[in-house]
Amino acid sequence: MSTTLWIILAGALVTYATRVGGHLVLSRFEHVHPRVEAGLNAVPAAVLTTLVAPAALGAGPVEWAALGLAGAVSLRGGLLPMFLVGAAVLIIGRHLVG
Amino acid sequence: MSAEALTENSPASDFWLGVRASIPTVVAASPFALLFGALAVDNGMSVTEATLMSATIYGGASQMVGIELFGHQVAPWLIVLSIFAVNFRHVLYSASVGPRLAHWPPIKQAIAYFFLVDPQYAEAEVKSERGEEVTFVWYMGMALPIYILWVALSAAGATFGGLIPNPHAIGLDFLLPIYFLGLVTEFRDRPLWLPVVLISAAASILAYKFVGSPWHVSIGAAAGIVFAAAMPKRGAAL
Repeated sequence: MSTTLWIILAGALVTYATRVGGHLVLSRFEHVHPRVEAGLNAVPAAVLTTLVAPAALGAGPVEWAALGLAGAVSLRGGLLPMFLVGAAVLIIGRHLVG
Repeated sequence: MSAEALTENSPASDFWLGVRASIPTVVAASPFALLFGALAVDNGMSVTEATLMSATIYGGASQMVGIELFGHQVAPWLIVLSIFAVNFRHVLYSASVGPRLAHWPPIKQAIAYFFLVDPQYAEAEVKSERGEEVTFVWYMGMALPIYILWVALSAAGATFGGLIPNPHAIGLDFLLPIYFLGLVTEFRDRPLWLPVVLISAAASILAYKFVGSPWHVSIGAAAGIVFAAAMPKRGAAL
């Protein structure tokens, strides 16, 4: 087997380990401590924020407008409307501003 | 989100609800799949290898980091370690979503964890936040369109490298942050949501500047989670 193939398969294995591992480790405990539960409750917002914040900081006015408007829509509407608004602002803005 | 979602669903309609939940991700991820395929070949992989990578790893950001390092002739173990680092956040997803899947047969759980990408995790949490059951049929209804498109378009991108003439003009590079922001706001009813978001944002930006990618994800997330765990009583502060 080539080195490339090994890299891909090892990468797949460690990735699957991360996806199944959290549950396997946590399910060993009978009771979840309230602090652990509070921490786990914070996981989605905490992780997803890190995929937005640095990208937003390194972007420009068009991207900020897209994020801002999409963010405003997301407080009222669902995920799909906010996404479509954001994408539209982004594409139109980039055509206008270049 | 809608009235029919609150009632008991037949497996077929549950599947289609899952498919509907996949739409934003399919739209957002498709260009990245094409881009990944094109870049993978550009970095010295074959079409088969690029496709195999998408089919077995199934994690966009980690694959991008992987082929970037691959192109720079970095030591194989370091490439694998970097893929692990980028995907490490899935440990948290897995721990958090685990109880919602725990009543499924083990083989279905084992299959489901393979497909546990960011939007899959977030939509599953959103669904159970609404008081609905996360069923295997719904889960796969969301997972399969994303997975199939991801693998197929990786192959297409690898085959037709220069398919995207001007990725910047169609907003390719910024669609995912917009989508992720939408997911962040979906969780705004949870205790300590705003402080967690602010702390994780600040920490991830600092880590991005001073430690570098991909560690800003782990560090930024850890800051918000540790804060939430350290607060005296859930929901008491805000």
